[in-house]
Amino acid sequence: MSFATRGFSGRRRERDDRLPPGQTLVQDWPVLSAGPTPQIDTGDWALTVRDETGTEHRWSWDELLALGVEDVTVDIHCVTHWSRLGMEWRGVSLDKVFEDVESEHEFVMAHSYGGYTTNVPLEDLLDGKAWVAVEADGAPLDPEHGGPARLLVPHLYFWKSAKWLRGFTMMPDNEPGFWEQYGYHIYGDPWKEERYW
Amino acid sequence: MSTEPAASTLARPRTRPAWHVATVAETRRETPTAVRLVLDVPTWPGSEAGAHLDLRLTAPDGYQASRSYSVAASTPAAPGSPGQVVLAVDEVPDGEVSPFLVRDVRPGDQLELHGPLGAFFVWRPGQSTRPVQLVAGGSGVVPLYAMAAAHAAAADETPFRLLYSVRTPDDVWFADELAALAGPTLALDLVYTRRAPEGTADVVGRLTRESFAARVLPAAERPRVYVCGSTGFVETVAGWLQELGHAAGDIHTERFGGLT
Repeated sequence: MSFATRGFSGRRRERDDRLPPGQTLVQDWPVLSAGPTPQIDTGDWALTVRDETGTEHRWSWDELLALGVEDVTVDIHCVTHWSRLGMEWRGVSLDKVFEDVESEHEFVMAHSYGGYTTNVPLEDLLDGKAWVAVEADGAPLDPEHGGPARLLVPHLYFWKSAKWLRGFTMMPDNEPGFWEQYGYHIYGDPWKEERYW
Repeated sequence: MSTEPAASTLARPRTRPAWHVATVAETRRETPTAVRLVLDVPTWPGSEAGAHLDLRLTAPDGYQASRSYSVAASTPAAPGSPGQVVLAVDEVPDGEVSPFLVRDVRPGDQLELHGPLGAFFVWRPGQSTRPVQLVAGGSGVVPLYAMAAAHAAAADETPFRLLYSVRTPDDVWFADELAALAGPTLALDLVYTRRAPEGTADVVGRLTRESFAARVLPAAERPRVYVCGSTGFVETVAGWLQELGHAAGDIHTERFGGLT
């Protein structure tokens, strides 16, 4: 149903093929959070994965880093229409985190310090597609950007990349997380513009 | 006293977002850098106070640009009367969409809206009897003005207080409307960071934790708090609120921009 709005030409710049529909390239890094920024010391931080038997796999900060931190260069796309391209991150692959987790369940709820949650299919976290990120733009993650550690799932809209990550719970069904309960899409593919439902 | 956990309250059934064609009915200078747009939207279903929408512009060659804006006021469409949406837009220097909206749009122009969006940063009449503290920085007042207006329109008796930080008297958004709301239904505290109105004794300067604490509802009253402004403003205010004893789950935030 689109029509041209009188007088609007937009910036006459080349459209980058890496930008999904409806996205605009930004140079800064906007901050979007539902509440105050939690301040978490890495000495108090831990990551926990809980499966359907109640078994918990737990890593301290040092134990997580010991799994191996790798360089990651990816594009990120926020549902509020901004994107950053070729952003440099460092983090631990979730393939390593989930290596010894035995579960029949196909869905995962990510949990944050501060109470935020987001749901992701397990297959979207494996095979080199997702990380526990600890650095961005060459420096430790700022608390405002989810430090000390956030989920990084760059092929989905960025609200799925939960800040202040504290753990994962295996789920039999694709239950909606925090923003998903408030109208954000259950999956969030930026190339299909799965912003809201 | 209610002890509802604000951040985990499930959204109630809501209006599904959809695309709407809007026709500009009126443009009005809001501040030296901002415009108010009154839009006729024949299909608008109405929106909750604090909600936002996506606005999309299309160029003749098909190029599109979308941005999110808070809804300042809206009226649902009804038989015989089109719906109406009021937006207020600040010009972002070197921006792509906001300079067009602030400088070039005129009555009769058409654009596309997608919404309503956002079921978290909203206030609903009758939702809670706890008092409400609103804290706005600059253009961040838009969704909070919507809440204060909805509160007055509903004749809701929940105590409402708005602390609004602006640079100068010329930078107050919805100045006349806020002045009309101030009084029995809304305690209004304006803080001027650069210049106060002539002839007043208002102190000029940035908020400090102490001056902030003197102008907001105390934590002992367990207010539900909504904060909207730039990232730096919201980070500072949310930090003070927690230091003053407000629970993190009682503090709703909406930010714009990055860390500076």
